[in-house]
Amino acid sequence: MIFPWRRLRQQGVLGINQRNADYILPFNPRHHYPLVDDKRRTKQLALAAGIAVPKLYGVVEMVHQIKHLDKLLGPHEDFVIKPAHGSGGEGILVVNGRYQGRYRKASGVILSAEEIGHHIANILSGMYSLGGLPDTALIEYRVKFDPLFEAVSYLGVPDIRTLVYRGIPALAMIRLPTRLSDGRANLHQGAIGVGIDLVTGLTSAGVWQEHAIDRHPDTEGEIRNLRIPHWESILELAARCFDLVNLGYIGVDIVLDRDLGPMVLELNARPGLSIQLANKVGLQPRLQRIQRLSEIPSSAAERVALGKALL
Amino acid sequence: MKNLHIKVLALLLVMIGLGLAYYKVTRLGLPVLPAEQTEVWMVEARLAFEAKGGPVKVRFYIPSAPPGFTVVGEDFISSKYGLTTDDGGINRTAQWAVRRAEGKQVLYYRIELAPEIAPIKPPKEKVPSFPAAPDYPEPMGSVVQALLEEVRRKSADVASFSGELLARLNASNPTENVQILRKGIESEGAWVKQVIYILAGARIPARMVYILPLKGDISRSKLIPWLEVNNGREWLAFNPKTGSRGFPANALIWHVGDEPLLELEGGGSPKVEYSVSSRFQELVLVAEQRARQINSLIMDFSLFSLPVQTQNVYRVLLLIPIGTFLIVVLRNIVGIKTFGTFMPILIALAFRETDLLWGVAMFAGIVAIGLILRFYLEYLKLLLVPRLASVLVMVILLMAVISVLTHKMGLERGLSVALFPMVILTMTIERMSLVWEEHGPGEALQQGLGSLLVAILGYLLMANKLLEHLVFVFPELLLVVLAMTLLLGRYTGYRLTEIWRFKEFLRKMEMP
Repeated sequence: MIFPWRRLRQQGVLGINQRNADYILPFNPRHHYPLVDDKRRTKQLALAAGIAVPKLYGVVEMVHQIKHLDKLLGPHEDFVIKPAHGSGGEGILVVNGRYQGRYRKASGVILSAEEIGHHIANILSGMYSLGGLPDTALIEYRVKFDPLFEAVSYLGVPDIRTLVYRGIPALAMIRLPTRLSDGRANLHQGAIGVGIDLVTGLTSAGVWQEHAIDRHPDTEGEIRNLRIPHWESILELAARCFDLVNLGYIGVDIVLDRDLGPMVLELNARPGLSIQLANKVGLQPRLQRIQRLSEIPSSAAERVALGKALL
Repeated sequence: MKNLHIKVLALLLVMIGLGLAYYKVTRLGLPVLPAEQTEVWMVEARLAFEAKGGPVKVRFYIPSAPPGFTVVGEDFISSKYGLTTDDGGINRTAQWAVRRAEGKQVLYYRIELAPEIAPIKPPKEKVPSFPAAPDYPEPMGSVVQALLEEVRRKSADVASFSGELLARLNASNPTENVQILRKGIESEGAWVKQVIYILAGARIPARMVYILPLKGDISRSKLIPWLEVNNGREWLAFNPKTGSRGFPANALIWHVGDEPLLELEGGGSPKVEYSVSSRFQELVLVAEQRARQINSLIMDFSLFSLPVQTQNVYRVLLLIPIGTFLIVVLRNIVGIKTFGTFMPILIALAFRETDLLWGVAMFAGIVAIGLILRFYLEYLKLLLVPRLASVLVMVILLMAVISVLTHKMGLERGLSVALFPMVILTMTIERMSLVWEEHGPGEALQQGLGSLLVAILGYLLMANKLLEHLVFVFPELLLVVLAMTLLLGRYTGYRLTEIWRFKEFLRKMEMP
């Protein structure tokens, strides 16, 4: 009988203590955190570097601005409201249409302007921000996802999480929203994680609520062997984000818009470990191979090629 | 590299912590277990005499660092007399003086003694020179010579010589010679002097020692003269009346030498009486006095030097690191989720005052009612800070209601609810309701029960009397806790809950 932790070790599974001690603490200097924790700054950095991001419609910084919300939202039929310092996908409100002057949430629930205002006020008071600090609310373009994902997502936009270590993509998964996750793409909220082969961009079996699955629980769509479109450019985009923020260990969230192509949604300085479950692969061996490299190429395309070669 | 640094640091901290604690246990005799007591002897010498009306001077020998004991207290009761003490090598004297005194005078000297923990090496005494053989008067001279000659043949060294000699001198059917030597000796002191006199014939240095055996409660006891002979290296004690070696158990050496213990000028009919009583005292207090006596700075700067009220605060505060260590273990090694990092420890501290069952019941009650009220507030769509404030107000009102109701029912326990950290409770309610809304009641209850479980474990740990005693008496042990916490800070192994989380990987292994 081998102890369970020995077996996990053998499979190279990265635990949370080790992630913190060996990767996040040494490779993610604290003073770079604001670049990724503040989604507005991330957006500005990305735009300056020519990386596609969802367009920012407006920002609400103070409670009294909520009164003029209608003016801000007027020109847009659909939009997303999110806290600038949110984490774990909390506090994100997706409006995908209007109904007689009211707003329709992605789930179909109709909200009054007042309720939207209350949600924004909650964001401003820091309900969703790290450490409960006062926050700002961002209103941005609602991504219309690629038709490929029609059959495998429920009420939300799937996003592709790529783990980038020292600028080299190490592991990727696609996160599919479910009814349980209320349209959000965070695994701990009930979204599905599906592993992606870094070389081919083909999906493998997924994990949902820590169970292996191969069909979407709500839509019954087959989640295996989907070929992610624009795979090369997605990986390159992820690799370029390393240059943006100078953090050695990040999770890059990319969405595929059916018209605008891949766009960077946000970066995460403390990416979770479920990506291992989705891929059924331990992270450790890959990270160690990347760690042993003495030199990291400066071009993102070369880094992507290196990442594939190191598998 | 970093790991080595931390390991060295941790080792250093452990060594300092344990070393200090070891010193305090072995040298100062601080108890490892709570409520340990030791027997403390109180010896009182009562000096009474008649003053003649003029100036009075009294010189009295008092014990000086008696071997086998630690002096934990000493005082002189001498009303109008001026007092000086003189520490002259092996013996100490107390001198009382007054310009004018008449009639019956009583002076007291009191000393409190605790058994010694670590024998302090007696200061090296000069080896006495061999006494000149005295010129004994006849017929004593020839008797002594014959006796010494006989004893010398039957002994090997000073110790056996003295033992043999004493055995002969104390024989129950003495020879004629011994009877001559015993003649005219009435007091014990005179007898010891006689033995010393005889020993001088063999050129063996000997001296008289006054001892006071401490046993039970005795009043009007007397000092007993004892005999010590020197073998060229150390003084060996002998019972002058039996010849057996050593002092009796618990003997307090009062004075060394055969001078009269009391010298009195300007008074008459002096009388000294000794009384002994024993009682049990907290070891901690004894250790404190012991430390003062051996001039140890450690107790001067210990928590015992604080006012009692502050001491009581620290009794609780020092337990918090133990609780935080528990949190570190439960979160980083086990992986239990709680609301707020140290919230369970503050709840556990409150449990200390309320008792476990009551505490858990009241905590669960307040959080449950608070949650219901919080969900009602959700409906009102309040801003975050006013909403938190409202929950806080409601929590305090709830606590007041619980206190009043339980008091009316005659349950005094309910009053202790006031010690609950209400701000922490409020934050718990708020966060629990957020988790409830965003991740469902399952997750909220799981984290709530996790917090409660950790709080209960923390309480069980922090209510431990032994632990409380240890950290208060040996706060340096917290350095050991710090060292372990530092080491856990570099723990990169899996959390126990991760084994559950990654069980898919384990399953895959079994199938190949």
